[in-house]
Amino acid sequence: MNAVLRYRGALWGFRTTLLLYVFLLVVVPLGGIYAQSFYGGWSTFVDSLMEPLAWQSVALTFRLAIIATAINVVIGTLSAWVLHRYRFVGRTWLNSLVDLPFALPTAVGGLMILLLLGPGSFVGRLAESMGWRIVFAEPAIVAAMVFVTFPFVIRAVQPLLEEADLSEEEASYTLGASRMYTFIRVTLPRMRPGIVSGAMLAFSRAMAEFGAVVLVAGNIPGKTLVASVYIFGEIESDHPQSAAVVSVLLLTLSFIVLWAIHWIQNRRKSS
Amino acid sequence: MKHTPYHQPNSSEEPHQVLTASQSSAAVHDPHPHSRSKLQLLLIILTYAVFITLLIAPLLQMLLGAFQGGWGSALASLLRPESLHALGVTAAVVGVVTLLNVVFGVWLSIVLVRGGWLNGFVRRLLNAIIDLPFAVSPIIGGFMIVLLLGPQTIMGTLFANMGVQIVYAFPGMVLATLFVTFPLLIREVVPVLQEIGTQQEEAASMLGAYDWTTFWKVTWPSIRWGVLYGVVLTIARSLGEFGAILVVSGNVMNKTQTATTLVYQDVENFNITAASSLALVLVFSSIILLLVMEWAKRHAGRKGVH
Repeated sequence: MNAVLRYRGALWGFRTTLLLYVFLLVVVPLGGIYAQSFYGGWSTFVDSLMEPLAWQSVALTFRLAIIATAINVVIGTLSAWVLHRYRFVGRTWLNSLVDLPFALPTAVGGLMILLLLGPGSFVGRLAESMGWRIVFAEPAIVAAMVFVTFPFVIRAVQPLLEEADLSEEEASYTLGASRMYTFIRVTLPRMRPGIVSGAMLAFSRAMAEFGAVVLVAGNIPGKTLVASVYIFGEIESDHPQSAAVVSVLLLTLSFIVLWAIHWIQNRRKSS
Repeated sequence: MKHTPYHQPNSSEEPHQVLTASQSSAAVHDPHPHSRSKLQLLLIILTYAVFITLLIAPLLQMLLGAFQGGWGSALASLLRPESLHALGVTAAVVGVVTLLNVVFGVWLSIVLVRGGWLNGFVRRLLNAIIDLPFAVSPIIGGFMIVLLLGPQTIMGTLFANMGVQIVYAFPGMVLATLFVTFPLLIREVVPVLQEIGTQQEEAASMLGAYDWTTFWKVTWPSIRWGVLYGVVLTIARSLGEFGAILVVSGNVMNKTQTATTLVYQDVENFNITAASSLALVLVFSSIILLLVMEWAKRHAGRKGVH
């Protein structure tokens, strides 16, 4: 093997193989989807986007993903803080449980929410008697999104808390600041980069989520049809053009978010 | 866990402990510095409430759902030929994808960190490209492969003439899963490689170029926990991949149906017991993977970041 590795021709071959692998696996397919969406020119692109069901699905996804992200910011920051600062029974268990939504298949996550909130369950019956609809309506979609993206904020905030220097907080208390004031002026700013990048990751994941959402959304066109399910429907009914246009919209949005996260992290590193 | 001493309320040998956030204020306002403040208790209860409603209750509900008709019916629906076949297909996809990801992932990580032949621009470009699949919805990941290699495309026809079917068959499913899981292992191994530096490797290969012996004797022992962690993440993700597989496989029963797409189909057919019992198998696999992940994390001496 060493002799082979030292041979120049083989080395060149290895390098080409590696670059070609990345190129064919990631770049070509992504290029293909952008090419397909502009296949019929700019006007077809706009026409496909102006299709009410298309832009309604994107708008719905955007709105619900924002709500899910906001919920995750609150409960994620709370959980990260409590898991880091306090020692209590079951803490290690809860900390391991955080990763569960990452480890579970998303379709199973959807099924769980369906079983928990569905018409046959205790919560479902309770909501129905109060005249609310959870499953096959917006609340269930938000629940699915929150479930799937739950670990992002926690896992982004935890390392920041761990490397934090307690002396700043101590100084704040020594100077007579209250608990609330210290939290808002000292602790929160330190967690902020983690909260922001975690929230962005959660948002882009919520926008893209399919497996968990498709099972609980009911997929009523114009009402509970999210973008990824719309794309799936268009592929199934053999409309690659409109599927590609909505895909490109979602992809571009996610790329911007991804780039923004990189930017935030680089800025933090350099400062 | 270097911060632990600061938070042990009862560790008397640590003089700083009274100064943690909760306790310093407790020391000022509370006559009993070792008892929990009301706020602290409230926050812990709130956290428990979040975990119970979001994670624990759904898990328990799923267990109940699977055994609603008793053990017999759960087992019977698990032993249906289509669900056994689906589990087999899932295992095959996971195996092939994990193998390919380990070989190309480790190789690419080493090139990214150590490859002197890459200039700065290509390296940054590669770095950015590797993260792209994270931003792509799985549905779109599958759609891309159908667009590129589907039966009506040039490439698809070419392969069909050679007798190889890619889309709506096994190769397409592997490709889709490969795309989705591509960054996971690399993103675990690259930081480890960056952290260990090049000193040892340089010492090992003073006379020659970076070679096979250097890799096995020096690089591999230091990255293997990172690789294991990446492998576990890859298995978990490919085991649970649904959107991309659904588009690419066509979801043909007893042919290209995987465990997750069968769960989906069972739910669509209102066969909740069957769906739950199969989902339960996936849940148990995920929990085992989660435990391995915790174990690997502890051995790698790393915090829960990925």
